[in-house]
Amino acid sequence: MISRFEFLSAGEGASPVVPKPAEIIVGFIAFGILFFLLRTRAVPKFEKAYKDRTEAIQGGLERAEIAQREASQALTMYQAQLADARGEAAKLRDEARVEGAAILEQMRTSAQEEASRITAAARASIDAERQQAYNALITQVGAIATDLASKIVGEALDDQARQSRVVERFLEDMEKAK
Amino acid sequence: MHTLLREAGNGFIPPSSADFDFPPIFGNSILFTKPVLMVFLSVIIAASFFIASSRKAAIVPSKLQYAGESVYTFIRNELGRDVIGPEFMRFVPFLFSLFVFILVNNVFGVIPLLQFPTMSHIGFPVGVTIFSYICYHYVAIKKHGLGKYLKDICFMPGIPKPVYLILTPVELLTYLVTRPLTLSMRLFANMFAGHLLLLVFTLGGEYLLMSGILLKFLSIFSFGLAIGLSFFELGIQCLQAYIFTLLTALYIAGALADEH
Repeated sequence: MISRFEFLSAGEGASPVVPKPAEIIVGFIAFGILFFLLRTRAVPKFEKAYKDRTEAIQGGLERAEIAQREASQALTMYQAQLADARGEAAKLRDEARVEGAAILEQMRTSAQEEASRITAAARASIDAERQQAYNALITQVGAIATDLASKIVGEALDDQARQSRVVERFLEDMEKAK
Repeated sequence: MHTLLREAGNGFIPPSSADFDFPPIFGNSILFTKPVLMVFLSVIIAASFFIASSRKAAIVPSKLQYAGESVYTFIRNELGRDVIGPEFMRFVPFLFSLFVFILVNNVFGVIPLLQFPTMSHIGFPVGVTIFSYICYHYVAIKKHGLGKYLKDICFMPGIPKPVYLILTPVELLTYLVTRPLTLSMRLFANMFAGHLLLLVFTLGGEYLLMSGILLKFLSIFSFGLAIGLSFFELGIQCLQAYIFTLLTALYIAGALADEH
């Protein structure tokens, strides 16, 4: 019984650890082809996918962040504006109140002034008229008294009847003179 | 061949290294044997799969793209980035092709009809190893210059002088001979042994099936074991592709490092 190994080794006795040059070359070339194909066609695409994905994720996050920031900025801005508006309104109200009070006060004062002015003027004119009347009266009274005295002196003031006639005449004259 | 021998009246003939020899398919051309054609087939399969899966380069990957990307990402990050470091991107295409090429050729060993790991022909691992060998030496020479590179190999810094007597030959041997030798041998031997193991159980099962009624039942166990071992082999095939690529990455990392 011959062993299988001996049977075959008669024809192809190559040891399995001795490489065949043809196979080395084939292995080298085949791997070279695959290396070239993957390097030029597959790897750049995979890397592109990675890059795109990273960018997409980062870009999305950044966009969201920006939107968030803008929204919060807008919110604070609106809140500030609202607070400003409120403050403004309150200020305007206060001012109006103060102004109203001032106007009221001013009107009151001016009315009072006007009143006192009118009163003073009236008083002054009354005084003046009185003074005038007084002056006129003094001169007239003097003249009348002189007139009366001359009449009394001119006439004999001997009796009561005469006396009273003189006075009555005097008064009548006065009436007429008027 | 087995049937032929069996008809000649022999008993069970265990598989041997001769089972790894294939006659030329056309005439006497050494370029048209089953393993050679399978190597080219592996190139077609791997290239078309990865080119097709990466073609769209979509942000949201399809199933195909996801499958291709998973393999690529694994090599790129686990073997490229984590082993080689910052300059890893230059070597990713090489490591990726290396892994894919060896993996497909190994896995041929358990693919029905093909059922032969091409890497069990040592010529193919040697052909690939030449690439790794050139690569890590080239990288080191380009980075450090030939003189400094040789000096670094021969005279490891920080060692007492007399030790160089032993260390220098060992280091030289490691860099120039042992590394490529073990790289191709490891891959070849694993695939060879694995395939031989499967042959033992399938051919054994076949033999038992052809034998007496009692032995026919025993063939079930033999075939069962062959199937179980096929899955085991699948694991080893992937592992070996990984180890080959990992070691190449480590050698490149060593070549890039400032000191050895």
